[in-house]
Amino acid sequence: MSATATRPSTDPATDPAATGTAAAEPRPSLLSSAVRSPAARKLAVLAVIAAVLIPLAHAKWASGSWPHALTVDVSGPLGDASDWILDNRDSHWIFLYFFGHISNVIIIGVRAVYVALLALGWAGVTAGLTLIAWRVAGVRIAVTTLVSFAICGLLGMWVPTMQTLALMAIAVTASVIIGGLLGLAGGLSEWAFRVLRPVLDTMQVLPAFAYLLPVVMIFGNGVPGAVLATVIYAAPPMARLTALGLRGADAGVLEAVTSLGATWRQRLLSARLPLARKELLLGINQTIMMALSMAVIASVIGGGGLGDRVYQALSSVDVGKALAAGLPIVLLAIVMDRTIGTAGERLGEPPAEGGHRLLRGWPAWAGAAAVTAVITVVGRLTGSQTWPTGWTVAIEEPVNQFKEWMVDHLYTGVPVVGGTADWAAHYVKWILDPLREGLQGLPWYAVLLIVAALAWLIGTWATALTATAAMAAIGVLGVWEPSMDTLSQVLAAVFVTLVLGFAIGIWAARSTRLERMMRPVLDMFQTMPQFVYLIPVVALFGVGRAPAAAAAIVYALPAVIRITTQGIRNVDPAALESARSLGATQGQQLRQVQLPLARPALLLAVNQGVVLVLAVVVIGGLVGSGALGYDVLFGLAQGDLATGLVAGTAIVCLGLMLDRVTQPTERRDRKGA
Amino acid sequence: MARTRMQLLMAAAGIAAVFTATGCGAADMTKQSSPYANVGGAKSVTLSVQSWVGAQANVAVAQYLLEHELGYRVDTVQVDEIPAWDALSQGRVDAILEDWGHPEQEQRYVKDKKLIVPGGGLGVTGHIGWWVPKYFADKHPDVLNWKNLNKYAKTFKTAESGGKGQLLDGSPSYVTNDKALVKNLKLNYQIVFSGSEAAQITQIKQFAKGKKPFLTYWYEPQWLFNQVPMAEVKLPKYTDKCANEGTKDPESVDCAYPTTPLQKYLNADFAKQGGKASAFLKKFHWTKEDQNEVSELIASKGMSAQDAAKEWVEAHPDVWKKWLP
Repeated sequence: MSATATRPSTDPATDPAATGTAAAEPRPSLLSSAVRSPAARKLAVLAVIAAVLIPLAHAKWASGSWPHALTVDVSGPLGDASDWILDNRDSHWIFLYFFGHISNVIIIGVRAVYVALLALGWAGVTAGLTLIAWRVAGVRIAVTTLVSFAICGLLGMWVPTMQTLALMAIAVTASVIIGGLLGLAGGLSEWAFRVLRPVLDTMQVLPAFAYLLPVVMIFGNGVPGAVLATVIYAAPPMARLTALGLRGADAGVLEAVTSLGATWRQRLLSARLPLARKELLLGINQTIMMALSMAVIASVIGGGGLGDRVYQALSSVDVGKALAAGLPIVLLAIVMDRTIGTAGERLGEPPAEGGHRLLRGWPAWAGAAAVTAVITVVGRLTGSQTWPTGWTVAIEEPVNQFKEWMVDHLYTGVPVVGGTADWAAHYVKWILDPLREGLQGLPWYAVLLIVAALAWLIGTWATALTATAAMAAIGVLGVWEPSMDTLSQVLAAVFVTLVLGFAIGIWAARSTRLERMMRPVLDMFQTMPQFVYLIPVVALFGVGRAPAAAAAIVYALPAVIRITTQGIRNVDPAALESARSLGATQGQQLRQVQLPLARPALLLAVNQGVVLVLAVVVIGGLVGSGALGYDVLFGLAQGDLATGLVAGTAIVCLGLMLDRVTQPTERRDRKGA
Repeated sequence: MARTRMQLLMAAAGIAAVFTATGCGAADMTKQSSPYANVGGAKSVTLSVQSWVGAQANVAVAQYLLEHELGYRVDTVQVDEIPAWDALSQGRVDAILEDWGHPEQEQRYVKDKKLIVPGGGLGVTGHIGWWVPKYFADKHPDVLNWKNLNKYAKTFKTAESGGKGQLLDGSPSYVTNDKALVKNLKLNYQIVFSGSEAAQITQIKQFAKGKKPFLTYWYEPQWLFNQVPMAEVKLPKYTDKCANEGTKDPESVDCAYPTTPLQKYLNADFAKQGGKASAFLKKFHWTKEDQNEVSELIASKGMSAQDAAKEWVEAHPDVWKKWLP
């Protein structure tokens, strides 16, 4: 999940010295600053370029939307390619000898894990995983695991949970291996690192949804495509963190190892990899979280399992059913996150003192295995392999009744604040519609100019060029209008997210109690896959653009709050103290010291907010948000890959543009460190 | 050195094992079934569920009977119509129980590649069209001719339709010529996609509650007609010529939708080797009334699909006893 994914590299503990001067510097006169400031110079250059090019563009293609003459229709070739694949999938060598084997290995792997899980039975699986959690992460996590799996069974979701687990097991293994190898290359060779880094950075900001289409085109609907999309999505964090971990190894230690006469391989295995193990474990954790998030979204292309149940329920707006399938996903995420997180923290700590000898080391592992085996046998002797049919609790009815009640009481006609339907209607009418019309009405060159200006102000000419090129690519592909629609939804949702996020973040930074109260909530929200957010919002806001925005806001809020709080907390206490001694009020301290000093963190929060909101707005196509997300769904649904791929590419371009426009350059510099 | 050679050997053995496991030579991915099928000795059948309730009713009843009368384990996967054909040809699903006519896919998979075989008719006849609520048609009977639709464009305007009349469309996966129709018949209408059938139904019910006028893409058989009576707008007459041109160039369509006897399709291998399950699915045949009965239990009474199927199965043994092999 990208919320956790981008966090470590962008730790908001920024260097206060870098920005400390901003507040202290006296204000020079307006004119002289305009000449000296690089921002003004950049804008001046842009203005000159614009003054030359815009009259030309306007004379030739005077239209608000992207001019038709500048588009390239790729639907013909794409359609042909798709037909060719369908016709040759069972005969051409590249499918028989290459893709066919990949697909076959995946199917055999997933099947093997699934058969093993079913053979262990519900009792065996629950006992085995609980014991593993106990061994690596302690009693508390073990209890969490036990309860979580019991709930999965009670909800009647045992078989789908096992299907998702099987798919996840293969996808995570593949991602860790591939990501690890790439990371190893990047960590050991400067050249490889330089090639890989921008690719991996970019892959992390792209919405999961965009990865689905290319794999469907080749592999068709089904588990192999789902696993591959998951691997493509989940491997980059592993690669990045492995590379960073290897490069960050303490030079002194390496020097010492070399002087002891270690060979290259010994150095790698005995010093560099062990030194990087925290990063490696963090990488595995992020890979698992992202894989889970993707495995669920991949139900749209026939991945099966829990995601499919959510998808089926969403298409009939059955909130109860969706919740019954969504809860196990959340529980799986929490269990895996906590288990690996705690295991990571324990690494490097000395082994716990005390406890019986048999509770430590290999005897404990052997004991765990033996207990699992016994429970498996007992479970198989006493009953069925899958969860016993009588032991389920049907939550669908009560949840749906509760939803009906909410809809009846909150939907409309609530005194003073209005119902959720009214909010949704107002949001669409007063924010989304004007914004969309504004963006679509804006001349296309103006949009390009704004993008270029923003990206250049915040970054270098290279970022500006990338952002503008990405935006122009959208126009060339002929999806300008729907992209502006999606962009308007993103901007509106980002605006709300930032207002709420900054407000709550600042408040939390001033009150330790509030922060402590919020921490578990934020943790939980950050581990939930994007898909799950769509369920409650449909109940509250109906279908359309408003529920997609609501889901996006809830999804992006935790990251924004967290980064804001940490940014403000990390402001140099000395600066604050001196402001206080000068008699500044609370508000003045906040406005004139804390916020300016926390500026890098706030910018980072904006960047994260934009990336996360885009990811959810796009899957909002499932709840009627239209625009690009809908086009991707339409492409998948109609087998019309031309439409889908074009929309998918536009999403990628939008993501790229939004990231560049909001990404401060200093973050890029720090990344490699 | 010995260790290195050992490792090399092991790596070679591993690669060889993978190749033997995958059949060494060609691996035809169109013959690879779902990894979740037939696990643990259980005979299993994978059925494709489409998103509309009528199709869910077919699958629910078939699933109930396969599980309780024939002892199969049934997996259901939600796949949209056209990807379902692809999945069916690859054996990732075993059967589609309700197909609304996809000539292009039929040509490719049934006639050319012979990966899919027809499973006979479902017994239900489907019809797609444009509908307005009866309360509105009673007051303005001339709306039922497409030539008068432009006169009512203002009446059908909504916030999402941007000044034009709104034509409410459903899920992105449904068979639709509406874009071409609106263009070729020169109608002053904007198509608004609601994203899913459930969303469309919610919307229609909200309109009906307020007795507001609306124009919607809709189809028969559909249980919603029992709750919101609607009248069909006559589009230009359906002809074979128009249909043939439409297959060649979907943008040229300017006539009404056909009336389609809904069909079942089975994966070719499953049809041959599927034993009792495939024999049962071939015989599965019921009426519009039967299907609507189950659909309404699911969609408007809020029953789970399996409970609804159970209720219908208990009430109509005379119908389904004939399907058992």
